[in-house]
Amino acid sequence: MRGAIAQRLSATGNASALELHGVSRYFGALSAIEDVTLTVGAGERRAVLGSNGAGKTTLFNCITGDYPPTSGTIRLFGEDITDFPPHERIRRGLRRTYQISLLFGGLSVIDNIYLACRGVARARYSMVRPRRDDAVMQAAFDLAHAVHLDDVEQSPVSQLSHGQQRQLEIALALAGAPRLILFDEPAAGLSPTERRDLIAILRTLPDHIGYIVIEHDMDVALQVSDRVTLMHNGRIFREGSPDEIESDPMVQEIYLGTGPDHG
Amino acid sequence: MSTMQPGGPRTAAAWLLGLILLLMPAFAGDFVLFQIFGWALILGMIALSLMFLAGYGGMVSLVQMSVAGCAAYMVAIFGDSAITQISLGWPWWITVPLAIAIATLFGTLAGALAVRTHGIYTIMITLAIASAFFYFTRQNYVVFNGFSGFNGVLPPPLFGVDWRQPVPFYYLALFFAALAYFLVLYISRAPFGLALQGIRDNPRRMEALGFNVFLHRIAAYAFASAIAAVAGVLLVWLNAQVSPGTAGIGPVIDILIIAVVGGLGRPIGPFIGAIIYVLLRTFALDFLVSLGLSGERFQLLIGAGFLVIVFWSPDGVLGLWDRTRERITARERQRSPLYRAIRGQPGGPA
Repeated sequence: MRGAIAQRLSATGNASALELHGVSRYFGALSAIEDVTLTVGAGERRAVLGSNGAGKTTLFNCITGDYPPTSGTIRLFGEDITDFPPHERIRRGLRRTYQISLLFGGLSVIDNIYLACRGVARARYSMVRPRRDDAVMQAAFDLAHAVHLDDVEQSPVSQLSHGQQRQLEIALALAGAPRLILFDEPAAGLSPTERRDLIAILRTLPDHIGYIVIEHDMDVALQVSDRVTLMHNGRIFREGSPDEIESDPMVQEIYLGTGPDHG
Repeated sequence: MSTMQPGGPRTAAAWLLGLILLLMPAFAGDFVLFQIFGWALILGMIALSLMFLAGYGGMVSLVQMSVAGCAAYMVAIFGDSAITQISLGWPWWITVPLAIAIATLFGTLAGALAVRTHGIYTIMITLAIASAFFYFTRQNYVVFNGFSGFNGVLPPPLFGVDWRQPVPFYYLALFFAALAYFLVLYISRAPFGLALQGIRDNPRRMEALGFNVFLHRIAAYAFASAIAAVAGVLLVWLNAQVSPGTAGIGPVIDILIIAVVGGLGRPIGPFIGAIIYVLLRTFALDFLVSLGLSGERFQLLIGAGFLVIVFWSPDGVLGLWDRTRERITARERQRSPLYRAIRGQPGGPA
């Protein structure tokens, strides 16, 4: 017990946001990612590039615990979270969005955001209805405003456009006090205007919030990241600044040479 | 979720229904009060506990009738019955809370076993537990008095009222049914109920929002079981007896039928299903005899009735009602171009 507390305390120190050490994930005999070692500093913005099947989404699933790694260790702000269930990781400041929106179709927009805010707050089992001036409810309304969804607050999620659903995905990941957010192809299927909005939202996030973004669109990826990791066949292939990655001849050959894949 | 507009026709209908239910003893006879409404309100509560799990939580539990049966047995075992060699004769204020607590615990444990499964497997596991409860009560003579169960289980004469008289019992059942109904309605918009609906729609995403999905589902079983347990106490007082057949496979399935026929979308559905079920159960035999047919085929008529409802409206009577209303408003809108101008909203009423 004392060890756990010490670990939590050290987690507030200067530890990296995320440390992966030798992480592999197998589906049967098939390896989706293999021996991935990766460090993301606190507040760092990282882009993960790679062709389809490079293991980017599997990497996210290992970090959030949706699919725990077959081997290797994962540390979040210094704390070993390898064996934690997803909700325990989320409560420690990790967030994620999904490539294909995973929303609550039967509920309204504000209910969706409210659930996200409630999930990382206390009283998840409260049987008392929140008032409109309830702090968590207020946080939900603020968040709806931040992602430009205040006009459709009361609409059921099923009535939203694709772009609005993507914005709601992002809102869910911003709930509470996120410290590290995993964005899985946030720009997929967005119009050019919506893309500009998305870039603006990502760039105006507070400095202490770090993120990892999977993005097929090189333009978006290089604009919103400090560092870039390139994955290939389940392994980390290159890591560097956006400029280094862009000018690396090997990268150009295997990634840019074949043209960015707009999936 | 349906939103109730204050002053809308829906609110007026709800007030009217409430008034009729409150004044029922003024114009309804003892038989209607006790055998029809008393029974329907209790079955409605048990089906409501299933509706909470299935409608809000996406978990079809067949164990709710067994939970009610368990509470009924506990009242008979700890309290008074004609089986004096088993019944302990404890006062009602210990017996009733204890019975509800034990039955709720039973339902929660059943839920803890069931929540790691999905869909048809949840149904199978809860059906297995319900069957086990039935066979256990039938074969155990030391505690459950086997095949014959307990008779002579009467409500306490609290406040000098004989609560088994039709009028007092009707109000007793109505009070607890209304309490359960409004509680479920209220909680559906509280964090607990909202999160349960989130889990129904997308459990994986709920985990990724910081919710402990398994624990939340188990908590939902606990809450639903408490409602079923209260209904079980009322049930043993209504019948003055409890036996293995109370929670046999037949009644277990009947609760599912009631909830589905009424509609799983809103808490009123189970009560609609329950009143239809009780009316069919009570009058199908007389109806057949009046047609000159043999009365023993009454189950056939019940089955046919349910078949018709489920065939015409897979989401139960509630769905039928919702669609009819939509059709009427749509037709109204078509008929008068002024309608939209007056309402000022193209989408129509919410």
